[in-house]
Amino acid sequence: MAFEKDLNLDATELRLGLPGSSDESAKNQTPATLRSNNKRALPEESMSSNATASKNCDQETAPLPKAQVVGWPPIRSYRKNNLQPKKSEGEISGIYVKVSMDGAPYLRKIDLKVFKGYPELLKALEEMFKFKAGEYSEREGYNGSEFVPTYEDKDGDWMLVGDVPWEMFTNSCKKLKIMKGSEARGLGCV
Amino acid sequence: MNYFPDEVLEHVFDFITSHKDRNSVSLVCKSWYKIERYSRQRVFIGNCYSISPERLIARFPGLKSLTLKGKPHFADFNLVPHDWGGFVYPWIEALAKSRIGLEELRLKRMVVSDESLELLSKSFVNFKSLVLVSCEGFTTDGLAAIAANCRFLRELDLQENEVDDHRGHWLSCFPESCTSLISLNFACLRGEVNLGALERLVSRSPNLKSLRLNRAVPLDTLQKLLMRAPQLVDLGIGSYVHDPFSEAYNKLKIAIQRCKSIRSLSGFLEVAPHCMSAIYPICGNLTFLNLSYAPGLHGNKLMKLIQHCRKLQRLWILDCIGDKGLGVVALTCKELQELRVFPSDPFEAGNAAVTEEGLVLVSAGCTKLNSLLYFCQQMTNAALITVAKNCPNFIRFRLCILDPIKPDPVTNQPLDEGFGAIVQSCKGLKRLSLSGLLTDQVFLYIGMYAEQLEMLSIAFAADSDKGMLYVLNGCKKLRKLEIRDCPFGDSALLEDVGKYETMRSLWMSSCEVTLGGCKSVAEKMPTLNVEIIDESEQMEFNLDDKQKVDKMYLYRTLVGHRKDAPEYVWIL
Repeated sequence: MAFEKDLNLDATELRLGLPGSSDESAKNQTPATLRSNNKRALPEESMSSNATASKNCDQETAPLPKAQVVGWPPIRSYRKNNLQPKKSEGEISGIYVKVSMDGAPYLRKIDLKVFKGYPELLKALEEMFKFKAGEYSEREGYNGSEFVPTYEDKDGDWMLVGDVPWEMFTNSCKKLKIMKGSEARGLGCV
Repeated sequence: MNYFPDEVLEHVFDFITSHKDRNSVSLVCKSWYKIERYSRQRVFIGNCYSISPERLIARFPGLKSLTLKGKPHFADFNLVPHDWGGFVYPWIEALAKSRIGLEELRLKRMVVSDESLELLSKSFVNFKSLVLVSCEGFTTDGLAAIAANCRFLRELDLQENEVDDHRGHWLSCFPESCTSLISLNFACLRGEVNLGALERLVSRSPNLKSLRLNRAVPLDTLQKLLMRAPQLVDLGIGSYVHDPFSEAYNKLKIAIQRCKSIRSLSGFLEVAPHCMSAIYPICGNLTFLNLSYAPGLHGNKLMKLIQHCRKLQRLWILDCIGDKGLGVVALTCKELQELRVFPSDPFEAGNAAVTEEGLVLVSAGCTKLNSLLYFCQQMTNAALITVAKNCPNFIRFRLCILDPIKPDPVTNQPLDEGFGAIVQSCKGLKRLSLSGLLTDQVFLYIGMYAEQLEMLSIAFAADSDKGMLYVLNGCKKLRKLEIRDCPFGDSALLEDVGKYETMRSLWMSSCEVTLGGCKSVAEKMPTLNVEIIDESEQMEFNLDDKQKVDKMYLYRTLVGHRKDAPEYVWIL
């Protein structure tokens, strides 16, 4: 966690989003001590471990970005997966998620609610970003394509689009990313 | 007591129902042990790896009801890999081979395959009750087997399980001859059910008291079901979306009014908030209300609903109720004993979240409060001290501040004093979960005052080993201790290894304990299984004792190392 903060990777990433619109909450910047390794190294986030911070409350360290801590807040996965998004009274609002693509200069946003299923979603993505995803199969993912659609779920894991039932996907998808085939190895595609 | 014939003692033991008491009874002398074991019908096993099915069967030949728990509690929060263990199949297999006449099986956090459900359904003629909580590994095919084969089934209760829904016709598998259902809960299933089959099943189940539907059951079916089962005591509504001016809605109003026995209401998995007035007639009798899956219900509509629920004893709600809504609860629900406030959006706490103010209001208005689960934006020491004064009867107190190391926002101090007040005031406290900025001091208080504490959950807290030592030395009745991301190391772990034999289990993840420390525990205590869970392959290549251990789970056991652990679990 400390490592990532020093490099400030988010600031140098080539994306056009509103400033300060990353996962860290902008609320209440009460200084709090950063705990030592609250998360073990995962492939995407290489953190150095063991920064046993001193117990001084006056230290200027940011609160833990909630979305990145595994298993916090302590809510059962079942509950996380099954809580329907809030609907404003009398009307059903859309599920807007950001879509990024490797190499594209800016992100797009789409409303998952307007699609009835994966084929429609993929077609829309292909048109939006001018690529071809290829054929999806359970065993091999997207075969024969330079680009692969992936998404980040509520647990913060990156998943291949198409594996879970459509409703489960729309409920748990936080953002979409069209990855280059070479990067997406390990998500089951050639 | 030796001059009483066995039958008399047995009859006396019949009145002793609590597991703890029966266990105590069995320890008095050999003859009591013998009588107790032959007469025991209900057994609770808190950790399925602490004993083997064979030994269970050998000791309790009259077993009728078995409760098993598998994975450690932190598995609920994705801290335990999926195939860690907790498989029920070997248990069912062993019971099936024996002469045990199993009638009831209750499982929590276990892996249940369709195979096991099928075997279960075919092996026990008098099987009556299946309760699965937070389990996984089965599909609706397994449920079909239960429905089809358990001729005297009374209870099928599925709570928050991950079920692969094949959208088959499992409900239709209940034969026409099945008329014994008392409780049916399939709220956690995602797929469609055969609505006609459901209606017919309810029609022929005159004893049905508890019915919890899933999202796929529409309103007009609900209305038909209620007309056929006005004797319901517990209702879980699936979909509650409709047009308030429709005929269906009017029919529903009439149907609900006939259900004068409903005491427990849950579900609303899909809800149109402007139609809640149909529910008002039954609100006055409710003792349990669970709206924790209904984020569409908030603001004034929610408050109006709550205002009708004067007899509520247990309320499960989302934080979109807000502090103001909790104020309404405080004014209305004077009988409230249990409150659970869940986050409606765990990743982005919006304006709707609750703070310490809501909790203080509830504590002032609901003096019978004894059980709390509260997810909130922030908490202050002053609030906790007030709550401790208002409600000295807490048995369960679980506080989760969404930012886990947040101090008191008013004073910038850790929350040691606040939690200290809780443990000092609530002499009967059995379960405690901490959060917020906490130092060793809070653990000093816990060790000093929490004499009845049985389960403690700690995350991102403490400064040193002293914290853990205070707890291990002070809490004599501690059974389960689970710790994540705290600076507790080997000296705390090794201070009193004998203590762990008096507990069910200890979980430590992302702490400072080393491989060497864990090995030491395992060496000194052969009656413990010390498991290291490490998926990163570090363990394969680097067996340095000084290496920190990612996740350690140790538990007492009578049957040594388990044989079903996956490759990334090392049992020392």
